[in-house]
Amino acid sequence: MITTRPSTRPSTRPSGGTVRAVRRRGTRREAAVTLVLVLLLLGAMLLGVSVGRASVSLPELLDLLTGRADQVTRFVLIELRLPRLLTAVVTGACLGLSGALLQTIVRNPLASPDIVGITHSASAAGVLGVVYLGLSGLALAGFVCLGALAAAAAIYLLAWRHGVAGYRLLLIGIGVAALSTSVVSWVLTQSDVRDARVALTWITGSLARADWPTLNPLLGCFAVLVAALVLLGGRLRSLELGDDSAISLGVPAERTRLWLLLTSVGLAASAVAVTGPVAFVALVSAPIARRTVRSGRLALLPAALIGALIMLASDLLAQFTIPDVLLPVGVVTGIVGAPYLLWLLMRTNRSGAGG
Amino acid sequence: MTTTTGGGARTAPATRRPGRPRAALGFLLLGLALAVAALLSLAVGANPLPPGVVLDAVLRTDPTLPDHLVVVEKRLPRTLVGLTAGLALGMAGAVMQGLTRNPLADPGLLGINAGASLFVVGAISLLGATSPGEYVWFAFAGAAVSAVVVYGVSSFGREGATPVKLALAGAAVTAALTSIVTAVLLVDQSSLDQMRFWQVGALAARGLPVVAQTTPFIVGGALVALLLGRSLNGLALGDDVARGLGQNIVRTRILAAVAIVALCGAATASVGPIAFVGLLVPHVARSVVGLDYRLILPFSALASPTLLLACDVIARVVARPGELQVGIVTAVIGAPLFIALVRKGKAVRL
Repeated sequence: MITTRPSTRPSTRPSGGTVRAVRRRGTRREAAVTLVLVLLLLGAMLLGVSVGRASVSLPELLDLLTGRADQVTRFVLIELRLPRLLTAVVTGACLGLSGALLQTIVRNPLASPDIVGITHSASAAGVLGVVYLGLSGLALAGFVCLGALAAAAAIYLLAWRHGVAGYRLLLIGIGVAALSTSVVSWVLTQSDVRDARVALTWITGSLARADWPTLNPLLGCFAVLVAALVLLGGRLRSLELGDDSAISLGVPAERTRLWLLLTSVGLAASAVAVTGPVAFVALVSAPIARRTVRSGRLALLPAALIGALIMLASDLLAQFTIPDVLLPVGVVTGIVGAPYLLWLLMRTNRSGAGG
Repeated sequence: MTTTTGGGARTAPATRRPGRPRAALGFLLLGLALAVAALLSLAVGANPLPPGVVLDAVLRTDPTLPDHLVVVEKRLPRTLVGLTAGLALGMAGAVMQGLTRNPLADPGLLGINAGASLFVVGAISLLGATSPGEYVWFAFAGAAVSAVVVYGVSSFGREGATPVKLALAGAAVTAALTSIVTAVLLVDQSSLDQMRFWQVGALAARGLPVVAQTTPFIVGGALVALLLGRSLNGLALGDDVARGLGQNIVRTRILAAVAIVALCGAATASVGPIAFVGLLVPHVARSVVGLDYRLILPFSALASPTLLLACDVIARVVARPGELQVGIVTAVIGAPLFIALVRKGKAVRL
């Protein structure tokens, strides 16, 4: 088992009043970071609403809020841009949370759902569900979740040999990801998918399919999974201290880990059901959150917000960097995220505790 | 693998070498398998032909017979592409595994094919290259650049390039480069037409000029690789032992890198990025002929085109009336075997 953490914890813990003071400072910092992130996210959303082929000015936005906007503006904003923005925010948050959970459970900064093959399996399930079963909406989301869970179980069992070693999990994940990717290409070449948007969604990850009918089930799944996470949150904190401490605190470590794993897979699968396998968002969100919060603890809310922010910013970049070309969002996250993974590899190398 | 040099007894090649007869039998069966695969590749397709007709078509072509034309103009080039590219992929995989002492090394998994693809896309899109003769150089450059990046990133630090780091760095590089390739293809519709095959790797519609243009590089790379057999055996014992045996390690590394880049670049230029062939074949070779690279290399050179042609035949049969790209078949067959290798654990530690 690889036990590198994105940030090192102080080896000797200060005691008594200092602990409380440090903790309070950490909480205050986390609150401040969260506030800044929320503001950034709102700013990005405002930008996302207003830019585009038909740019919308601030007064027009206010008109919309007060119900005085004309039909066209209303249509553009409410039917076209808002669902896409909200989808980006929610799927980004899903991926950020999913990565944060998985990295905590496996205790490896590299174990994100996209590296261990979960998002790719979900994508394969999605494309099979769409093309062969004609699923959509909640049924599709459910099918994708089932596919992702089955794949996660398979990866976990395949990696199991007197315990699950981190490196074996990663390598088997890479194998499963390769297999799933070729299943996706296979289905797409087999079936008569003329719609490039559909193909891109399942291959690289794209927000082009976002509309209210796909957004609503996503919001439902997100609400349920976040509720589960809130219930498990306290146990997660104890789990972070290590299995022995958790058990001594009365937290059943194995069972908690299983529930958290299910939640993590569910979050990743809900996002993939709508956007396809968007690369690296799940990998980078939690480490960035840890770094900005600087408490050394897992910061779930900031991780979710950072995931949402990355997704939204990447989608804006994807839409507007090259004139007249709409890139899928996964292209941008792939280009931006890969250098981070390489850097992470070099860093874990230097600390001598990498794979 | 570098990390295990400290502990654990490494079995020297000599002690595990199976008898000569077994190796000879292996080579004989392999030659037969290759001949069968080539024959099937010529015979199977939308219009299946009996072996007699196929042989007739190749040996005494009658241009008035449509069956002969199908074999000579469509299937023969495709088979030759499969033979040359397969040979290149298998030998590149064997040399990579020997050089990095990494049993999971493969031109596809380590991002080298992705680098070659990106440079080829760039050449097509930005410079207007149209034939493999023009873009083969770009394929080499791309293969070299990503090889250096992946190996550099993963060997950073004192642990060196462990299989996991190499695989992850390869996955990261592949993800980034594939993203850029997708972006270029979306921006430039005309390149998309030329490049569609590339994304998954295919033997179809490549033609004889491709074979003619890439063969010199494949032959050159293969010869260098064959000459490296002894040196790779030395490297397998660890750098210090190899040095003690009087080998020039730096020269071996450079020559191996040249061979890998030539082989991967040429293979990618002719068939696109195909993963898992270069990974699996050397393992089959090891289980048949033992740990001696002087036997592993020629065995891979024969086994890998056999595998690629067999996969291509499967690709033509399973999806009638259409056909699959061979890269999909190699992944579907290769990924489970890759997982099995990882699970075996012993293989990961070579």
